[in-house]
Amino acid sequence: MYRYDEFDRTFVQERVAEFRDQVARRLSGELTEDQFKPLRLMNGVYLQLHAYMLRIAIPYGTLSSRQLRLLASIARDHDKGYGHFTTRQNLQFNWIALKDVPDILDKLAGVEMHAIQTSGNCIRNVTADHFAGAAADEAADPRPYAEILRQWSSLHPEFTFLPRKFKLAVIGAPNDRAAIQTHDIGLQVKRDETGSLGFAVYVGGGQGRTPMVARKLRDFLPEADLLAYCEAVLRVYNLEGRRDNKYKARIKILVHETGEAAFTEAVDAEFAALKGKALTLPADEVDRIGAYFASPAFASLPAQSDLYERAVKTDPAFARFASRNVHPHKIPGYGIVTISLKPTGQPPGDATATQMEAVADLAAHYGFDEIRVSHEQNLVLPHVRLDDIPAVFEALRAAGLATPNAGLVTDIISCPGLDYCSLATARSIPIAERLSERFADLDRQHAIGELKIKISGCINACGHHHVGHIGILGLERKGEEFYQITLGGSGDQICTIGEIVGRGFSSGEIVDAVETVIDTYLGLRTSPQETFLAAYRRVGEAPFREALYAAAG
Amino acid sequence: MPLFRNGRFEDDDWQIPAGDAPLPASGKVAVPKARFLAEREALRGRNAPVGVLLTAGDTLDDIVPDLPRLGLVVISFPKYADGRPYSLARLLRDRHGYVGELRASGDVLRDQVALMLRAGFDALDVTHAGTVAALREKRIVAVRHHYQPASAEASETRPDPRPWRRVSAALS
Repeated sequence: MYRYDEFDRTFVQERVAEFRDQVARRLSGELTEDQFKPLRLMNGVYLQLHAYMLRIAIPYGTLSSRQLRLLASIARDHDKGYGHFTTRQNLQFNWIALKDVPDILDKLAGVEMHAIQTSGNCIRNVTADHFAGAAADEAADPRPYAEILRQWSSLHPEFTFLPRKFKLAVIGAPNDRAAIQTHDIGLQVKRDETGSLGFAVYVGGGQGRTPMVARKLRDFLPEADLLAYCEAVLRVYNLEGRRDNKYKARIKILVHETGEAAFTEAVDAEFAALKGKALTLPADEVDRIGAYFASPAFASLPAQSDLYERAVKTDPAFARFASRNVHPHKIPGYGIVTISLKPTGQPPGDATATQMEAVADLAAHYGFDEIRVSHEQNLVLPHVRLDDIPAVFEALRAAGLATPNAGLVTDIISCPGLDYCSLATARSIPIAERLSERFADLDRQHAIGELKIKISGCINACGHHHVGHIGILGLERKGEEFYQITLGGSGDQICTIGEIVGRGFSSGEIVDAVETVIDTYLGLRTSPQETFLAAYRRVGEAPFREALYAAAG
Repeated sequence: MPLFRNGRFEDDDWQIPAGDAPLPASGKVAVPKARFLAEREALRGRNAPVGVLLTAGDTLDDIVPDLPRLGLVVISFPKYADGRPYSLARLLRDRHGYVGELRASGDVLRDQVALMLRAGFDALDVTHAGTVAALREKRIVAVRHHYQPASAEASETRPDPRPWRRVSAALS
């Protein structure tokens, strides 16, 4: 992974000093809360319902065990002993005292971490495929480009006061595990017919109250032009994006209102002027950054592990874990292990300090010291020998982290909702908890198969409900929470926005309604191999709507 | 209004007539873009430098031909969170090679000063008392190490052979 040199260290220390000065001015009353707000947001500090929240950047979701241990110690010393992994691969602490924040930032700087640009109307933490560098289907590792983009976008003097937040995601495989088409800029690293590296560039995707799938502006942008092209897109957006209405300020609205052709023309004109100049990626700089992400020293192993196969045969619990939480690795004899943060009846994405330390130990012992955070709010050990996975499983079980539900109905994405968030209109965590209790039976979950439920507690869609196979949106009417269901959304390479199936359900009804949708699917699928999404795409919403609303007339 | 220029507070040598007030007979004068376009010929005939005032939503297209002759461009920030002037400043410096004074006015606050200087502004029209005091007393704490080239190349150094790293001089 990337390691700081003296320059990087100085940069982060200077930023901590700057923020410490801003906090001191707020605490002394020199800054009002209004004046302080954009300053603290730029450094990941939110004022939530009950306390300040600190969101820490985990660039492209990559952590070392040392970093994860430090996060655990912050959870213990400054929070209530746990943290929350987010859909942008970050970690947030919900119970932080403002006066502690500069000291926490100092501690983070000690392990090459920070909270820069985890909020505010700027370029946010760059996300990437959580299986990067490990996945069997990868054309190229997206992390070096994510790191180049992270550096370029850090305190960019031109793009710190954009009309609205701006999110980038990078993948290097045809299977999209980072939902790039729901981002302001989504990049897919690929090779052209000559073998040269470049990017498919998607612009203008986003969720929120006006969900849009990004447009593909370039099928193949040469590698060297990455920053010049991104700077061109950002400049057009900074100058032309709407600033009169924050709900229409994202780049997706600009692309939509300008029209794809005219928008592309504006970007191309700007790009033509920037191309071939200071921002061109020199090959040796790409190599220098790329070297940080070189593969660890994998052993030469047989593709099959007897130990692993025996555990699958003799231990049904391990077999279940292996079928859902172990993914194919590009190197024979290795596997990618997903650590579910979705145990029955718990808030999705939460981990205790003790659990973080357990994962850090496993990464150090079995996994080349690497941990990933997925946008689906789980943790990943990207490089584990198949021989070691049974032992990893036992250790995870002891830590309460072996839930074998990756990609299943209880692997729910949820925003914090009204329990924490000042923007929320309804609670979302309790709905996620109740769903996970309703579907707790593992045989049933495995029989249902691949199914992504995503829950947002307001129209801002932080829980990605628009791209849930089953999406749930919590709203409020006359003091009562109610929940709207969308069906058929997907954030992968065939990106679609879910369709609203009908009127909403009360908090008391929503879990039954989801169960009705799932039972309907089980009744109409052609075989257990036909996933919920495939079945929905085949039959459309009619059978589901009928099942949900027929009884009510 | 205090003018912070070239790293210190200086007297303003430019006159900016209010509204449609007649132009002073002599001396440096700057007018809003609309007036500049309307009175371009008369302004060209003056025996002293001329400047243009822009605001955040303005475009540069119709003044580009005049830039080599302009001595001052002022860009106003309607509020500090409006980021458009940064892009305008960079276009003026990098795209159009404007070398005259580039002044930020309006909601100019201490926490944005370092960004403004990097975007190509070299003068700040400061009204905010706290910012004036912080600049005077050299109390501005800002990041000096940068990951991207911007529009202050002449005043920044390269700390190592990496293509995009820059270090700016201390503000205080």
